[in-house]
Amino acid sequence: MLIEVSNLKKTYFKEGVDTQALRGVSFEINEGEFVAIMGPSGSGKSTLLQILGFLDKHINGTYKFDGKTIDDYSPEEIAHIRNKKMGFVFQAFNLLRRTSVLENVKLPLLYSSREESTWDPLTREAIQQVGLSHRIDHEPFQLSGGEQQRVAIARALVNNLQVIFADEPTGNLDSKSGQIIMGVLNQLNDHGHTIILITHETNVAEHARRIIRIKDGMIESDTVVKNRKNHFEK
Amino acid sequence: MLFKYTLKTAYNGLQTNRSRSALTILGIVIGITAIILIMSLGQGAQNLILGQIQVMGSKTIAIHPGRQPKGPTDFAQMFMDSLKEKDVEELKKKINVPNLETIMPLVYGSETGTYKGDTYKLTIFGASEWLAPMFDIYPSDGEFITPEDIKNKSDVVVIGSKVKDELFGNSNTVGEKIKIKNRSFKVVGVLPKKRQVSFMNFDEVAIVPYSTAQQYIFGIKHYHEIVVEADSENNMPRMAEDITATLRASHDISDPLKDDFYLQTQQDLANRISTVTDILTMFLVAVAAISLIVGGIGIMNIMLVSVTERTREIGLRKAIGATEKDVLRQFLLEAVILTSVGGVIGIGLGAVFSFIASIILSKGLGLDWGFSFPFFAALLGLFVASSVGLIFGLYPARQAAKKSPMETLRYE
Repeated sequence: MLIEVSNLKKTYFKEGVDTQALRGVSFEINEGEFVAIMGPSGSGKSTLLQILGFLDKHINGTYKFDGKTIDDYSPEEIAHIRNKKMGFVFQAFNLLRRTSVLENVKLPLLYSSREESTWDPLTREAIQQVGLSHRIDHEPFQLSGGEQQRVAIARALVNNLQVIFADEPTGNLDSKSGQIIMGVLNQLNDHGHTIILITHETNVAEHARRIIRIKDGMIESDTVVKNRKNHFEK
Repeated sequence: MLFKYTLKTAYNGLQTNRSRSALTILGIVIGITAIILIMSLGQGAQNLILGQIQVMGSKTIAIHPGRQPKGPTDFAQMFMDSLKEKDVEELKKKINVPNLETIMPLVYGSETGTYKGDTYKLTIFGASEWLAPMFDIYPSDGEFITPEDIKNKSDVVVIGSKVKDELFGNSNTVGEKIKIKNRSFKVVGVLPKKRQVSFMNFDEVAIVPYSTAQQYIFGIKHYHEIVVEADSENNMPRMAEDITATLRASHDISDPLKDDFYLQTQQDLANRISTVTDILTMFLVAVAAISLIVGGIGIMNIMLVSVTERTREIGLRKAIGATEKDVLRQFLLEAVILTSVGGVIGIGLGAVFSFIASIILSKGLGLDWGFSFPFFAALLGLFVASSVGLIFGLYPARQAAKKSPMETLRYE
């Protein structure tokens, strides 16, 4: 079991007001799954992703990644897990400006323990996987939004990660670019990567194999997608 | 993360904000420039002063009457007439001071010289023929005073170039007579233009035999100073001991605390002056160092702004596997690179400015001023600059390291 969440609760304290973002959420995710976590804004789905990505450790309930909770890991180990096992794709891409596609994608390798000589081939391979080999020396500002997001995905998979967390990856993109991104994520899933996708759009969520719907901090439904969207559909 | 990539990352971070980086290091540049300039000028001044002293040579000892001044309020006015002819006779004896090569009594003071109605204030130097080799002052016209002049208390005088200009103008000088204290002195030699040598302006002197000066100009029986030269530098300590013993015997002194004379080597003087200039230099450097603190605070301020601005970048780095240490190192290194670059520029500017200053001082003011670049100061400057980066970069770097990757998702 890759991810085990049981009775997860999270409360924000902001300006004296308590906001319960999660009110007892339980589910499990196996390796190789493609799960969409869906819900309207304010439903707690982003909070959930932060917790799953070990970005937020102040929680009630338990969350186990690879059989261990965040408290079982030292800060260095968590950094290591983020580097080796978890990849993030953000709505806002978060690429380094004035830095080429190659260098952006290579970034996680700099923090890894991999042999330096493997960096370049791995980077080029990841860039090829997202179909951006012709843009390798471009800088982010020269790329379209969709291309920038593909760079971010390449960065997330360069270290051959187990899980990719995608937070509204198509949120800033037009529908055509969005389609391409979903296609790339589908492909990665076919290659064995676990994908956890956060979205509020049904047609995006339907690319996944399983949809967990969240509303008001609780799970509304957890269903397997029967009519999966084919990413080759235009 | 490998150090070279931390370095590269830090460098890239600075590259993206070039003009800000340049402005940030200005404080450090100014501080280091000031320190290098001060240390270089301090070194130059010291060299200048020591150069003047060393003209007199390292084999000479000056014997002064009175006590050695014990502090700034000690005027050492006692026993000012303690050095007499008898002492010179005693010191000359090989049994007493075997290493003594030459001995020269000196008397000096100021008197007015007159020539055909023109007057000029002269610095009278009652000396022997030995003064010429000692200060390298040989007449360009005529000759120097001789041992016979001293024995005969002759009324002869060797004058400096300024004295000649003031009293004689362009007319013939050697053989003419000038009046000092109503006595006529025959000018036997004129010195070439010398400017300052060993703190004395030989352009304004009138050198007469010490015996003549004692009797006819100052009317005294004692000497103002006795200069002795040893046969070799190695025998200096021994000669100093012998002189002290001889003079104590001659003056009937048994308690060293009651000495009515003191010895001074060129080295003593050099050491004392070095101490003073060193302290002055250090004081000025300390003042300049304040600007480094100000510069350091500037760095800290800008780094804090930078950390806030780059929250997203920091979050991203942590999200993809950077440890707190990686982030801390990156930002610390950025600060150190900034200040080190500032330091290098400061050292360069400091060298350029002190070189310009040395040209102005030597060409413009006619001082014997050599440009000296203090390597020690350069190393120190670089060390201090990078330390400033390390110290003032630490707080912002820790702020960066503590940032949660969660903020990557939130911060807009």
